[in-house]
Amino acid sequence: MITEKLQNLGRSTIDNLAGFGRSGVMLFGALVGKPNFRKGWPLLVKQLYVIGVLSLLIILVSGLFIGMVLALQGYTVLVKFGAEGMLGPLVALSLLRELGPVVTALLFAGRAGSALTAEIGLMKATEQLSGMEMMAVDPLRRIIAPRFWAGVISMPLLAMVFTAVGILGGHLIGVNWLGVDGGSYWSTMQANVDLYQDVVNGLIKSVVFAVIVIWIALHKGFDAVPTSEGISRATTQTVVTASLTVLGFDFILTALMFGG
Amino acid sequence: MTTRKIEILVGAFIVLAVAAFLMLALKVANAGISGSGQSYVLYAKFENIGGLKVRSPIKVGGVVVGRVASIDLDTVYYTPVVKMEINEQYSNFPETSSVAILTSGLLGEQYLGLQPGFIDETVQILADGDSIQDTRSAIVLEELIGQFLFNRGN
Repeated sequence: MITEKLQNLGRSTIDNLAGFGRSGVMLFGALVGKPNFRKGWPLLVKQLYVIGVLSLLIILVSGLFIGMVLALQGYTVLVKFGAEGMLGPLVALSLLRELGPVVTALLFAGRAGSALTAEIGLMKATEQLSGMEMMAVDPLRRIIAPRFWAGVISMPLLAMVFTAVGILGGHLIGVNWLGVDGGSYWSTMQANVDLYQDVVNGLIKSVVFAVIVIWIALHKGFDAVPTSEGISRATTQTVVTASLTVLGFDFILTALMFGG
Repeated sequence: MTTRKIEILVGAFIVLAVAAFLMLALKVANAGISGSGQSYVLYAKFENIGGLKVRSPIKVGGVVVGRVASIDLDTVYYTPVVKMEINEQYSNFPETSSVAILTSGLLGEQYLGLQPGFIDETVQILADGDSIQDTRSAIVLEELIGQFLFNRGN
């Protein structure tokens, strides 16, 4: 019985390792090579629309509400110390450093990552990918590469929209509803937020998360078992794995950027 | 037709994101405005700088006129030397000016309060690279409490 367990452990380790290898080979095949802008540009714009523009609504709404909730929750604590003037930096720093990149990545994994996995998995199940290879079209360059770049471009943009809308939502609740002074909301924010330390580091975070989420989504779709059950499992795995990896990397990046 | 619509929507998305970044950079982080103007450098020696940090504001009567550029230790006397970058617009401080490390509010951050001095014919105007002689160090709360307790003992 113990040998059986050991065998299973070894098999799953080797399977995972091979999966890492396949995902690396997939990304390498998709990204390395002579770029063809004339052919690639329309594909990229199409994917920017599907991945970026269509995710905008959920990002705007959740950004607004998260900013509003932050202001509401922060106010009840800060007002006990008479420090409600510090509501601006509270909302801005938590959004810029943490919530903007992380919540955008989680929403993005759910909204765009799962769709990508299902789409590519179905392409594989209906043998469209094999069909492309038969026609001497490289599916890595035609299918994977534009989706990868569209994800990497659009997620930092979405994270910035999320953060900006969240700060405006915090202003809406803090200043217009709870009566914090509008001038001190902005001025304490400006005194405490640094362009490089906070804005640029948040941006770096969201670029890293974008690569993680989109890579996992594409790999799970490309590697899916080509049955309906396999695709459903791959879609679930995308959301779970991408979310957990984002949270893990968030801790590492936070420790590197703000820990010292 | 649909491709055209998609292109326009993608363009609008990117414009929106750039607008969000500009808002974050200019309105939230307030970059570009404070760092753009010409500035000149003054030095000041303190006994103790308390919690003063690089990029702390320098204020005259509550108005920010510059920022702390760097804080080093003088290797001869082992006293802190603060390098101040002051906006070129305010370049007529006399050498009788004094500078003190103050705290905004009871628990707030520390800043440099610059107090312009008097001018007569023997007083010169501070130029780039000069030092301010009249300085007052930060008040360290623990020392203050220690003094208070010591005085009560007598």
